[in-house]
Amino acid sequence: MSAYEHAEHIHAPPTTFFYKYVWSTDHKVIAKQYLFTAFFFLALGGLLAMVIRWQLAYPFEPLPLIGSLLKNTFVFDSAGSVRPEGFNQLVTMHGTIMIFFVIIPILVGAFGNFLIPLHVGARDVAFPILNALSYWLFLPAGVILFASFFVHEGPAAAGWTAYPPLSDLGPAATPGSGTGQVLWLVAIFLLGFSSILGGLNFLTTIIKMRAPGLTWSRLPLVTWAQFVTAIFQTLATPVLASATVMLLSDKLLGTSLFLPAGIHLTGDEPVAATGGGHPLLWQHIFWFYSHPAVYILILPGMGIASDLIATFARKPIFGYTAMVTSLVGIMGLGFIVWGHHMFMSGMSPAVGMAFMTSTMLIALPSGVKVFNWLGTLWNSSIRFTVPMLHALSFVALFIIGGLSGIYMAATPVDIFIHDTYYIVAHFHYVVFGGTLFAVFGGLTFWFPKMFGREMNRKWGFVHWLLTFVGFNAAFFPMHFLGEAGHMRRISTPTEYDFLGHLQPMNEWISWSAFLLGAAQLIFLVNFFGSMGKGRKSEANPWKSNTLEWSTASPVPFHNFDRIPTVYRGPYEYSSSAADGRGDWAPQDAPPDGRGHPAAH
Amino acid sequence: MTTATAHALSEHEQKVDRAKLGMWMFLGSEVMFFTGFLAAYIALRMSDPAWPSGHGRLNWPLAAANTVVLIVSSFTMALGVNAAQRNLTQRLRLCLGATALLGLVFLVVKAIEYNDKFHHGHYPSTDLFYGTYFLLTGFHGLHVLGGVIALTITAGMANRFSSKWFAPVENVGLYWHFVDIVWIFLFPTLYLL
Ligand SMILES: [Cu+2]
Repeated sequence: MSAYEHAEHIHAPPTTFFYKYVWSTDHKVIAKQYLFTAFFFLALGGLLAMVIRWQLAYPFEPLPLIGSLLKNTFVFDSAGSVRPEGFNQLVTMHGTIMIFFVIIPILVGAFGNFLIPLHVGARDVAFPILNALSYWLFLPAGVILFASFFVHEGPAAAGWTAYPPLSDLGPAATPGSGTGQVLWLVAIFLLGFSSILGGLNFLTTIIKMRAPGLTWSRLPLVTWAQFVTAIFQTLATPVLASATVMLLSDKLLGTSLFLPAGIHLTGDEPVAATGGGHPLLWQHIFWFYSHPAVYILILPGMGIASDLIATFARKPIFGYTAMVTSLVGIMGLGFIVWGHHMFMSGMSPAVGMAFMTSTMLIALPSGVKVFNWLGTLWNSSIRFTVPMLHALSFVALFIIGGLSGIYMAATPVDIFIHDTYYIVAHFHYVVFGGTLFAVFGGLTFWFPKMFGREMNRKWGFVHWLLTFVGFNAAFFPMHFLGEAGHMRRISTPTEYDFLGHLQPMNEWISWSAFLLGAAQLIFLVNFFGSMGKGRKSEANPWKSNTLEWSTASPVPFHNFDRIPTVYRGPYEYSSSAADGRGDWAPQDAPPDGRGHPAAH
Repeated sequence: MTTATAHALSEHEQKVDRAKLGMWMFLGSEVMFFTGFLAAYIALRMSDPAWPSGHGRLNWPLAAANTVVLIVSSFTMALGVNAAQRNLTQRLRLCLGATALLGLVFLVVKAIEYNDKFHHGHYPSTDLFYGTYFLLTGFHGLHVLGGVIALTITAGMANRFSSKWFAPVENVGLYWHFVDIVWIFLFPTLYLL
């Protein structure tokens, strides 16, 4: 140990509050900073969803309980019910917050930061100061976005995709297209910058800092998924950054990159813009980033599910190489499918056909992953722990979301269901049903490693059950709404005769959503309660193989007393694979050793 | 395989190794950032048959002179890296300072050019030609400004570098060459075609 200290320069842990919790360069602290910030936005985005569902079930009725407090504030009118333009702001902010300020920061900021250095057997990421800077760019982005609720005309209202001309024309077009939209763009730009710095940090860490013996084929799939995600972040996010800059230039410098000439809002006066620009240009550039972004939203979830399923099936993951290849395949295809968001934009059928084909091809690597999860589960003795229930839900719901994705990738089908609730159902099956279940699985799985305590299992089960039931009850019927032609992003379904018979279904969906929302309170109470009062956890409560379980819970400041040497792959479970050590073999257990290396 | 070589390197060499890889990736994302702008520029220009040609509207001789300034600055930058490799601290400081100064000259020329445009009533809002011109050259200019600041800081630290450790010099150099290359693309596209 002492000889080792001489060979390696180790920093002392910080002692002041500021360096410990605020400007910390410790990847574990930064992971928690991301996590808790994202929890705040999860609560906010969830509340917005509740208001949206109230409005859709009972259009323009005052909000119960809190409506009287919210009169004439934010998106509400003098009766405490949602203003029609306010509905667009709700939908826009719900999407923006959930995608950019909840899912990405949890998956990449929290899980990526926490797990990557541990999984590669390093003391920290490659550039710890840059890592802190990433968080301190992310937080102001969040503050700016949050602040946009308080500006005069309210937050952005052009959808999370910010399509011009609506996003480009200013408050004359819709409230929120002024200051709110500008703040939205600034927040997304900052977030993108933070994402790029995070991505190149993770890539460098995984490429350059793997412990001795940790070859690429011994890397846990969580970290493989983070690696592929980081490539997306580094190469696709800058395109979003340039898109936001160009839209900002339209709004602040008076260019008209995305505005054609002669737009009329009301009356005869055309909008004062020089024109010549193309709204479709924004769609191309935006989706060039944002389609890869939906893989940023799902790939880390796939990685988490893979690790959890192998651990609790007590079997090696089926087809490790195929799992890695399919991750890379999804990435490669992910860059050439963005046009499937624009089938209705009048693109040439030949181009549409190309985008349709490339999109459908993604079903191949995705299918490989699904079958490999099923292959791992086949003939195993599954331990139905709370993390495992979430991981299994992930697989089940991802299959539904994936299949509806193939279905609507067909241009003739898309013409019929585009911009309907079918799209809303598909997207939520992938990002809530898929990713958020993986997030819950990951949080309940790594909670002991993060905080040194166990989460309450009974309440964990109740939360999973209510979430699973509530989620399916809320989102599955949306497929039917979509097939029946129910448009998305409309504030008043009751205004359309042909939607009248669907109103009971809208009410059912809303009440299911309220159940789903309430169930999340159980999770938050369990999470924060267990942080303070949970049972103290041992180093390896799940008998798992990857390197983070070989060090203490919670992880000490330097991660490992000494840098581990890796002798085997991450998924050597079951008695036959583990040369008589019980049914698992930690990655750092020497091949000839007896028993498990002592956990510190 | 890489782990074996990484282990053979000293902790210090590993850090240099990482810093360089990180810089290359940063430049990769910078390329994508400018690709977004250029793609928009190309799309807008191709769709407008009446798009004016650059050399009629922009001061191309001035920009050509500025191109020479940047190319020379890339040369002084390369000399600086070479000086660091050879432990010539004094020369390193001189080279970095000269590069920063040339970058500053570029910016001053740019400012004169902008000022002239404003004087004739040409603003980003005038039309898409000037909109894209100001956007592309403006963001390139911001990158030059960032480079000048980084170069000045590196020049101030010159006595800390030696042939054993000059990763920051190399990284600033990589960045500066990148900024130079972007301009090599922008100059003919905007001013000549
Ligand atoms: Cu897509």
